[in-house]
Amino acid sequence: MLSIKNLHASIEGTPILRGINLEIKAGEVHAIMGPNGSGKSTLASVLAGREEYEVTEGEVVFQGKELLELSPEDRAREGVFLAFQYPIEIPGVSTTNFLRTALNQVREYRGLEPLDAVKFLSLMKEKMALVEIDQKLLSRSLNEGFSGGEKKRNEIFQMAMLEPVLSILDETDSGLDIDALRIVSNGVNKLKSEKTATIVVTHYQRLLEYIVPDFVHVLYKGRIVKSGTKELALELEEKGYDWIKEEVDSTATV
Amino acid sequence: MSKDNQILEDLNSKEYEHGWSVDFETDEAPLGLNEDIIRWISTKKEEPTWLLAWRLKAFKIWQAMPEPEWANVHYAKMDLQALRYYSAPKQSKKPKNINEVDPELIAIYERLGISLNEQKRLQGIAIDVVLDSVSVATTFKETLGKLGILFCSFSEAVKEHPELIQKYLGSVVPMTDNYYAALNSAVFSDGSFCYIPKGVRCPMELSTYFRINAANTGQFERTLIVADDSSYVSYLEGCTAPQRDENQLHAAVVEIYAGAHAEVKYSTVQNWFPGDKDGKGGIFNFVTKRGICAGDHSKISWTQVETGSAVTWKYPSCILKGDYSIGEFYSVAVTNNYQQADTGTKMIHIGKNTKSRIVSKGISAGKSQNSYRGQVQVMKRAHNARNFSQCDSLLMGDQCGAHTFPYLDIANPSAKVEHEATTSKIGEDQIFYCNQRGIATEDAVALIVNGYAKEVLNQLPMEFAVEAQKLLALTLEGSVG
Ligand SMILES: Nc1ncnc2c1ncn2[C@@H]1O[C@H](COP(=O)(O)OP(=O)(O)OP(=O)(O)O)[C@@H](O)[C@H]1O
Ligand SMILES: [Mg+2]
Repeated sequence: MLSIKNLHASIEGTPILRGINLEIKAGEVHAIMGPNGSGKSTLASVLAGREEYEVTEGEVVFQGKELLELSPEDRAREGVFLAFQYPIEIPGVSTTNFLRTALNQVREYRGLEPLDAVKFLSLMKEKMALVEIDQKLLSRSLNEGFSGGEKKRNEIFQMAMLEPVLSILDETDSGLDIDALRIVSNGVNKLKSEKTATIVVTHYQRLLEYIVPDFVHVLYKGRIVKSGTKELALELEEKGYDWIKEEVDSTATV
Repeated sequence: MSKDNQILEDLNSKEYEHGWSVDFETDEAPLGLNEDIIRWISTKKEEPTWLLAWRLKAFKIWQAMPEPEWANVHYAKMDLQALRYYSAPKQSKKPKNINEVDPELIAIYERLGISLNEQKRLQGIAIDVVLDSVSVATTFKETLGKLGILFCSFSEAVKEHPELIQKYLGSVVPMTDNYYAALNSAVFSDGSFCYIPKGVRCPMELSTYFRINAANTGQFERTLIVADDSSYVSYLEGCTAPQRDENQLHAAVVEIYAGAHAEVKYSTVQNWFPGDKDGKGGIFNFVTKRGICAGDHSKISWTQVETGSAVTWKYPSCILKGDYSIGEFYSVAVTNNYQQADTGTKMIHIGKNTKSRIVSKGISAGKSQNSYRGQVQVMKRAHNARNFSQCDSLLMGDQCGAHTFPYLDIANPSAKVEHEATTSKIGEDQIFYCNQRGIATEDAVALIVNGYAKEVLNQLPMEFAVEAQKLLALTLEGSVG
């Protein structure tokens, strides 16, 4: 579904991603871990099409299409969803209104009729139940004054509404309380299918007990330096990153 | 329709949507302005002598006044002698009801998206349409008549209700008020008049659509709204003008009188031709709007959405004379390309315990300049006057400007005046967030801007609010990304 080859990206002339290779098949869950500042959010942003980042090398193929050639909105319409590490506030625009605009634009791209108010509302109800989100939150200005956890839950609610093919969750677990973590993870699990794939960026093994990954990758200094199965996450939890850093830094060619 | 045709149509409609003009015979005054022209207009309109005398007096006053220069706008001075001061569509006789109105006129309004019949049937709005000066049709008169509500063209009111006109004309905006008000008083052609009797709540929104059609015609409407004690009315004014190369002048006067316990809501959505991308053409909009809360506990609320005109100079104001009276001003002013807007309000607190609230949202894009100018004046006997002002500016790009000029003039120490101001930019991260959910940049801008202006848009009647949202999006198209 997603094939990343030798991806290099920099911001304001500073290289951040320095040769990422990653193959993701439909139905899979990939966890990406790694120390602060290693480039995890950068990778997510580059995949989503953030213009500040300059892709200097490499290619990304998503469902047979050159992802990097598409505008950010077309990537979203093709089914790429990013749950932001730091969701953005839009004053005066309710989540409901925002999502209705988004959903109808996505549907238009896919050649579908816009949803009328009644159908939209019933879809909302269904998805609200899935992530147990309060209706009151959805009629407030998007993310404005939301608590950290509310923002994260709202991201997953949006994901549920837009039914993406590839979901990238950037530290969705940070800020969620113990119950919310379980609820939101369950929601994500219910949205999974053999046709979709998920990339979970996290610092904690705990999330991976709920959303069980098929593969775990460690990102360090803009490269995937180690890949394994879910046991790797347990090992990292126990030993930290130093042993990997040492391994990499001692054999470093750059 | 094929996809290509659709695209072409969309592209064209991005240029000024209402930019066309229909040819039909007009009955027009010769170019220029002098006493004879004023007599010509007055005769044409079969006016009583007192009104002619009033016009001539205003003309003398105007001649002695210098053109104002203090607004934060710059433009080449207009040659007022090169304008035509009266232009009426030719009609053999005056229409008695909508079915008698010239079908071509009806067609114009249909192109504008205002079908009288539709409006009549669906929305329960009474419309008094003003085309280049003469009011051509008045709907719903009957329903309103039963309640004693008068809603008609200004000229008709002069004939039918001279005592009301004589009593209130110039009582809120005297002819000496300013340069453009004096000019309007001398040459005003037509407009709307509305009177709500004591204790009557007007059951529908009253609405006037203005549109400037003939070339080189200055448009000088006169609107007078009188809400007697304990009455209520909501009045809507919408404006469009066809695309033209020369700048056209619009200098209207709106006067509102609210008696004790009366409430008047006045809403405007203005989308006159702003000039093209290079700043050529466009309407000059110099308007004097003022209301007086004459009785205790009366309330006047101005809501405006200004998206058009090349140069706008407009300060809807409230004189809070009655004790406990309330004045409100809600404004969204958008400027793009080379537009210049200098708008704001004046709240003049005279009565005790009077309150005013100002919410101004400026949005500037392109190379435009957007100024807010607000004056809060508290007179000596206005004990416990309260004012709250919120002035926000939103900038798009770095070639535009936003300016805020609050003036305070407080003569009573018990006054409480609060002023808040913010300036923000539409963030790249906000737009990216929308993009990431599948929303195109133009629509993202529209969404963010409408969110920003929500507090003001919420004040508008429903169908007006929808139109205003579309206009905001249209005005800002192509201004980001
Ligand atoms: N505008 C910028 N200029 C220079 N460096 C930048 C800029 N933006 C981001 N970076 C750097 O890029 C690196 C990667 O950042 P990124 O946000 O991708 O890290 P991350 O792996 O998501 O970290 P965390 O776990 O803390 O979320 C960091 O060192 C960051 O400081
Ligand atoms: Mg990060």
